[in-house]
Amino acid sequence: MVIGPNGAGKTTLLRLMHGLQRCSGGEINWMVPQAQARQHQAYVFQSPIMMRRRVVDSIAFPLILRGASKAEARERALSCAGRFGLGELLQSWAPMLSGGEKQKLSLARALITKPEILFLDEPCANLDGSATREIEAILQLAQKEGTRIVMSSHDMGQVRRLADDVIFMLDGKVHERADAGSFFAAPSTSEARAFINGDIVE
Amino acid sequence: MNEIAQGFWDAWWLILTFDPDLYEIIFLSLQVTVSAVVIASVIGLPMGAWLAVNRFKFRRYVIALLNALMGLPPVVVGLFVYMMLSRAGPFGSFGLLFSPSAMIIAQVIIITPLIASISHQTLRDLWAEYHDLLISMNATRGQRIKALIWDGRRALLTATLAGFGRAIGEVGAIIIVGGNIDHATRVLTTAIALETGKGNFAFAMGLGMVLITLAVVINLMIHSLGKTERASTW
Repeated sequence: MVIGPNGAGKTTLLRLMHGLQRCSGGEINWMVPQAQARQHQAYVFQSPIMMRRRVVDSIAFPLILRGASKAEARERALSCAGRFGLGELLQSWAPMLSGGEKQKLSLARALITKPEILFLDEPCANLDGSATREIEAILQLAQKEGTRIVMSSHDMGQVRRLADDVIFMLDGKVHERADAGSFFAAPSTSEARAFINGDIVE
Repeated sequence: MNEIAQGFWDAWWLILTFDPDLYEIIFLSLQVTVSAVVIASVIGLPMGAWLAVNRFKFRRYVIALLNALMGLPPVVVGLFVYMMLSRAGPFGSFGLLFSPSAMIIAQVIIITPLIASISHQTLRDLWAEYHDLLISMNATRGQRIKALIWDGRRALLTATLAGFGRAIGEVGAIIIVGGNIDHATRVLTTAIALETGKGNFAFAMGLGMVLITLAVVINLMIHSLGKTERASTW
């Protein structure tokens, strides 16, 4: 989990890792070219990007990009949609969905390719508690199935529920990195302690 | 005023009695314009999408030039195509001058920049929206263009219809390259020009009415088929 106040650089870090932004210095090393690495990754944006297609076609889209036939992609999208609670909405237009449904669609679209790494940029930032719980359940299932999740969040409750490792960022730098248990029990910097307690971080 | 009313009546009479000469003119108008719109769309829509997704050195100048070409004077295009297709021109051996094919070529040159420019403006906004998603999914350049054209298809109808509107009402170029030959290259606009020249204002007006009706009906049909302006289909 990547945490930190607004403007700390969480989104930039995720975008850099996924190759959506170029590094102005240093390098991101996946041991293979960035485009090749991206084939094994997926990204869910804070504001879901909805294609102007029906739900089923939106979920099937990444498979079609990877060369699957339309029939095969649709078939897999149909079974995937059920798992994500989108079974009733298959023929709905994606841009007309509610915020929670859009984010579930984004997750289904990201996970249908069975990525090794899933980046999530504050996926629950605009959702209510119930939608957040649904998204978290999906993420926990994906993690069990072998997808490594790198996620940024503001929600300390969510971080406590989901995180194995925590990266605390401040002013564009990794300020602290620890496993979740020790980070919350004994943060090593005063800024991290302030952030956990909900105080203003300067 | 009576003369105009008589012209309208004459025109409607010709329509209602399925006058073969009039219908020949209408069908040729449609044949030339629809062919030109299809060809110009096949060229212009991917061109607009390509310009939307690619960044290259002189991109701004290419877009500015494309926008400027939207205002191509049809008479100059007609003259250019005439010179290219005339016996002395480089394509004279094809014998296309004064044929519907020459009229289609002229119209394609006139409306391709219009369709490309409008589709570029439409797809540029859609690309701004889709950029991160398509990059994240490792879509190739071709796949990006295809996705933009498919998802923007309803908005792209506007580009195509603008091309249709310009082509169906065009006279300057096609009268030069087509020659307005009866039963061969006479279309509604050139027929109107001819009838006006002969002083048959009322009949010319009647033909004009047919032309406008045709343009409106085809626009409505395409909108209806494309299911635009309906919230449930975005």
